[in-house]
Amino acid sequence: MKKILVVGNGMVGFKFCEKFVEHQDNKGFKIMVFGEEPRPAYDRVHLSAFFEDQDAKALEMAPREWYEEHNIELITDERITAIHRSSKKITTTKDLHYKYDYLVLATGSAPFVPNIPGIEKRGVFVYRTIEDLEAILAFAKDLRSEQKGEIKAAVLGGGLLGLEAAKAVLDMGFEPHVVEFASKLMPRQLDTRASKVLQEKIESLGIHVHLSKATNRIMGEDAITGMEFGEYDKIDVDMLVVSAGIRPRDELARTCSLEMGTRGGIIVNNKMQTKDPEIYAIGEVALYNNMIYGLVAPGYDMAEVAINQILGNREIVMKDDIDMSTKLKLIGVDVASYGEPFMPVEKGYSIIYENKTKNLYKRINVSHDGKTLLGGILVGDASDYNMFHQIYLNGLPIPEDAEELILGSRGEGGSSFGSVADIPDAAQVCSCESVTKGDICCSITDGGCTNLGDVISKTKATTGCGGCKPMVVDLINETLKSLGKEVKETLCEHFSFNRQELYDLIKINKVKDYDEAINLFGEGDGCEVCKPALASIFATITMETPNRQVGIQDTNDRFLANIQRNGTYSVVPRIAGGEITPDKLIVIGEVAKKYDLYTKITGGQRIDLFGAQLNQLPLIWKELIDAGFESGHAYGKSLRTVKSCVGSTWCRYGMHESVTFAIDIENRYKGLRSPHKLKGGVSGCIRECAEARGKDFGLIAVEGGWNLYVCGNGGATPKHAQLLAEQLDEATVIKYLDRFLMYYIRTAGPLVRTAPWLEKLDGGIDYLKKIVIEDTLGIAEELELEMQGLVNKYECEWKQAIEDPNMSKRFKHFVNVDDTDDNLVFVPMRDQKMPKAWS
Amino acid sequence: MQELLSQYETVKETQVKVWFKVGLESDFPENSGACIKYKTKQIAVYNFKRKAKWYACQNLCPHKMEMVLSLGMIGDKDGIPKVACPLHKKNFSLEDGSNLNGDDLKIATYPVKIENGIVYIGFTDKN
Repeated sequence: MKKILVVGNGMVGFKFCEKFVEHQDNKGFKIMVFGEEPRPAYDRVHLSAFFEDQDAKALEMAPREWYEEHNIELITDERITAIHRSSKKITTTKDLHYKYDYLVLATGSAPFVPNIPGIEKRGVFVYRTIEDLEAILAFAKDLRSEQKGEIKAAVLGGGLLGLEAAKAVLDMGFEPHVVEFASKLMPRQLDTRASKVLQEKIESLGIHVHLSKATNRIMGEDAITGMEFGEYDKIDVDMLVVSAGIRPRDELARTCSLEMGTRGGIIVNNKMQTKDPEIYAIGEVALYNNMIYGLVAPGYDMAEVAINQILGNREIVMKDDIDMSTKLKLIGVDVASYGEPFMPVEKGYSIIYENKTKNLYKRINVSHDGKTLLGGILVGDASDYNMFHQIYLNGLPIPEDAEELILGSRGEGGSSFGSVADIPDAAQVCSCESVTKGDICCSITDGGCTNLGDVISKTKATTGCGGCKPMVVDLINETLKSLGKEVKETLCEHFSFNRQELYDLIKINKVKDYDEAINLFGEGDGCEVCKPALASIFATITMETPNRQVGIQDTNDRFLANIQRNGTYSVVPRIAGGEITPDKLIVIGEVAKKYDLYTKITGGQRIDLFGAQLNQLPLIWKELIDAGFESGHAYGKSLRTVKSCVGSTWCRYGMHESVTFAIDIENRYKGLRSPHKLKGGVSGCIRECAEARGKDFGLIAVEGGWNLYVCGNGGATPKHAQLLAEQLDEATVIKYLDRFLMYYIRTAGPLVRTAPWLEKLDGGIDYLKKIVIEDTLGIAEELELEMQGLVNKYECEWKQAIEDPNMSKRFKHFVNVDDTDDNLVFVPMRDQKMPKAWS
Repeated sequence: MQELLSQYETVKETQVKVWFKVGLESDFPENSGACIKYKTKQIAVYNFKRKAKWYACQNLCPHKMEMVLSLGMIGDKDGIPKVACPLHKKNFSLEDGSNLNGDDLKIATYPVKIENGIVYIGFTDKN
């Protein structure tokens, strides 16, 4: 039995173990792993997630039991102090000795802390381990308890890690300052203009950026109070996080005179061997081709090479060119760079697109003959990264006019990219787990996989950063199609139909409830996907409210309120168009006071009352209903609000009465259930104060009528609504809206909003115009009648619920006693209350 | 918080010392869940009407430590009865309490017995 000692239990050290135990020729080896940190390897890439939930367990790569199950001995909290090459032994801090046959150094790196006077002061931290984060949090807590007013925290270093740290500081509620020595942010990945776009975006989020600053001194007595850059150039800060780069943890190599680089790092050959052929170095401690690679993907590749070398597969070696392409979300901003981000003029030329109003920057670098993509940068929107990256990696052909890559094709429809089918089999699709296109396709053609879940469990693709998921899905669909298998979009494991098919089946067969539907068309007991989807279908066929089939409703619909972080609910009465009388406002205030509810104005021009317990809901509704309110359906996949600006009734610019029209529309469609939530807006002039083009449907007053826009949304992927028809009178607006909404409700998949629905609709907005305006399908009248039928059947579901004699049973925390949940803890905040933070 | 979690331990039918009466069958919603209180414990009870089976588990979701599992939707995954937490849709097996999304989280489950239309939950009554 040969013994492999792995020094370092970080991400790469762990990956070595994981890949090793999966290898088929691994018999005859025993692995021991040493980690100096108290816990097993965790995901350092997503370290900032720890600030959100302080859940160290969630970051773990694998629990301790995993090591046991695979017969790997894991020793944590113990550092290796020396390597004795002649006797093939190592010594630990506890002065224990272990013999090895092969030694794998995966010691990683440590933060580089520049030698600035005062850097040792209290309140100065590094950002690398969970312990560092815990220390930062503890210090932050003390600061908060001592100090009133804004607390300022600086991050030294405007690179990738520095910006991650700045996000963490921002999330802690401090005023963040990023101090960078270079004249731009992310100097290694971005060019000056891209960096500027990123800077403007993050400054708009409240992060202060200080560039070209060399810190002379850290000020303060015992704890930090500020940073000094020059005699008259200082900033006051209460805390500093140093994130100024990394240094390889190569001190062990010195104890046994391995060959090292002049600036650190253990020199390895393409087999990942150090000067001593029985000692390997992988990850951020390894100096390969005179470079340290600070990304996790090359580290994983190195682990794979080292394993193969140890197991005797000598032909598997490290590539010469290591892809340092990367895509990430920094402080909510997409940033990606691939291939050669900066372009020396002798190699090719660049095409740059910049849009300052949208904080967008796209750059591609193309060879002189215009045939090859050499690299590029994306800031603000990196959704094209996967495709660009594949084109770059595999030298795929690019459009004759290369600018189409970033500006889109000028022709009618059609994508400027080729299809995933054009990518060669050897192309790496998932770089985190080194999964090639061939691996994915073979898992289907030869491996028996038939869907995304199968492919993920077999290949591990998408389990790292997840960025490759859209491409993996495309590949699976293409491969299944090529095998002649029908690619069927199905609701879930219980129904092998899509939403539209089920809608038709339920309607035509006059199915009365969920049970009957699953008996007729499905199998099993259902789940949290198909139950609400069918609830929505029933509602859009018969206008039934969630009170009829309570058990299949999503929790929010079941209790007709929005569940919040601590399991309490929030209540939103309808305030159509955002118009409300002083008397009604007073009622809301009185109700909120009586039940001690936190109140906040929502984005949809209404008022949300938070912190109600289940048993209080009917009481609150009763009081609101008595004052003339009704449900606002804020909890449902249904019409939410129609936002309005004040319009011609008051505004000196208003062209038409936008408030009146918004109220009419909101009242028409209130209670309407749909595949996802629906929002509308009505603006009284082209200044567009109601943000109507950011809604599923929007109206803007123009000379001679209303312009109708459809299929926009805010949220994670903002989309402007597109113009459907111009200068309509109000009756025509309603007619078109009826047709449009009903067609969407009939045909969209579950939880697909109007914007992505339109994107998938063959023929796009032009086709939609044909259906809604020209009525080429001949269904317009049917759609209108159907909508009118639903409108006529509207009932307030709060009122229904409180009038139901069995109601009190549903709104009780415990079945067997009248107690309420005694685990709820609220803490005060700005004269109101909030739930105690998750611990 | 750990204290809150530590009072929930899976009880097997063979270990039951106390069958605690929690109500009539008709007190519980069909194909859905509700919560009962036993001493300091909150227990979620589910009535799988479709296959005439009952399950019970802790009401506390171990992910974010909130008393919410009884509000979750129930159903099955590959035939295993499960509940989906209403907060973040973590799926837990109601047979053995394991997390069906592959996470490390686990919940405690309790045996349910129906006699003459009355619902009982089994406890060892250690605490």
